[in-house]
Amino acid sequence: MKRLLSAAVLGLALLGSAQAAIDTYEFASEAERQRYRTLTEELRCPKCQNQNIADSDAPIATDLRAQIYRMLKEGKDNEQIIEFLVARYGDFVLYKPPVTSRTLLLWYGPAGLLVGGFVLLGVIVLRRRGKRAAPQVGLSADEQQRLAALLNQAPTEMDKKDR
Amino acid sequence: MKRLLLLVPLAIFLGVALFLYRGLYLNPSELPSALIGKPFPAFALPSLDDPTRTLTQDDLKGKPALVNVWATWCPSCRAEHPVLNKLKQMGVTIHGVNYKDQRAPAQKWLRELHNPYQFNIEDAKGGLGLDLGVYGAPETFFIDAKGIIRHKFVGTIDERVWREKLAPLYQQLLDEVGP
Repeated sequence: MKRLLSAAVLGLALLGSAQAAIDTYEFASEAERQRYRTLTEELRCPKCQNQNIADSDAPIATDLRAQIYRMLKEGKDNEQIIEFLVARYGDFVLYKPPVTSRTLLLWYGPAGLLVGGFVLLGVIVLRRRGKRAAPQVGLSADEQQRLAALLNQAPTEMDKKDR
Repeated sequence: MKRLLLLVPLAIFLGVALFLYRGLYLNPSELPSALIGKPFPAFALPSLDDPTRTLTQDDLKGKPALVNVWATWCPSCRAEHPVLNKLKQMGVTIHGVNYKDQRAPAQKWLRELHNPYQFNIEDAKGGLGLDLGVYGAPETFFIDAKGIIRHKFVGTIDERVWREKLAPLYQQLLDEVGP
């Protein structure tokens, strides 16, 4: 019980630190606040590799949050704000990079591998089937005669057994 | 033919291994600048040495130069400073951008540690830094005689980096201008 309690307290403490970057911005409407949230969550902090602008405590992230807020207030739309940041910091700030010749592999590589895997699987299955079928097709004349003889015999023997 | 097929997994493995091995030596904090090949962003900011004077992007034109973004709050800048002093002695043109700093300590820094800069742009609010895509000092931009940004180096310039990587770039910019 005690353990559980301390774990819960620790968890709560961690929760607090994860939401450390809080600014006091005032928005005209709920929609504007939502746009600010989405933008800062979708843009990546240039300094800190794998954190978005909303979460980061880095000075540059604070600056960028202020810049985004300012641009929102000026009435810029999301595209203009994203363009502004990409012009300065490059595609790195986008968590969803655009499709270019450099990012083709990133975008279509996994799908390509999947299709390639299915094609390979298909080839292997078809081959195996072909191998198993081959001996059945190729009966020599001698074998065919024997087969015919056996087939002719079969019903009579079966009849006997039935009786 | 069949035997060759057996080698396919090995080939794939080698390909992936090579790819990942290369990744081991890439520095993920080095971002390609979005500004390469573009003119230095427009600005009108006071000079740190003489606050009554206003500097603009036109002051950077004329000859190839380094534009070094620095601040007194940045420990790596202190480490880099003696190297910049040496470069100045070698005849390299260096301009400074005093990024999000205070005037008095910055001026004191230049008095005490020598001033390798032709002039210093005082970017107290970081607006120019934002336009330059600066995300941490020190950063150094290489501009050509027309004021176009040609290269960017993020991090501390030491003598080895200068000799092996940056000096040829600077020389190339000088060569473009001609004798």
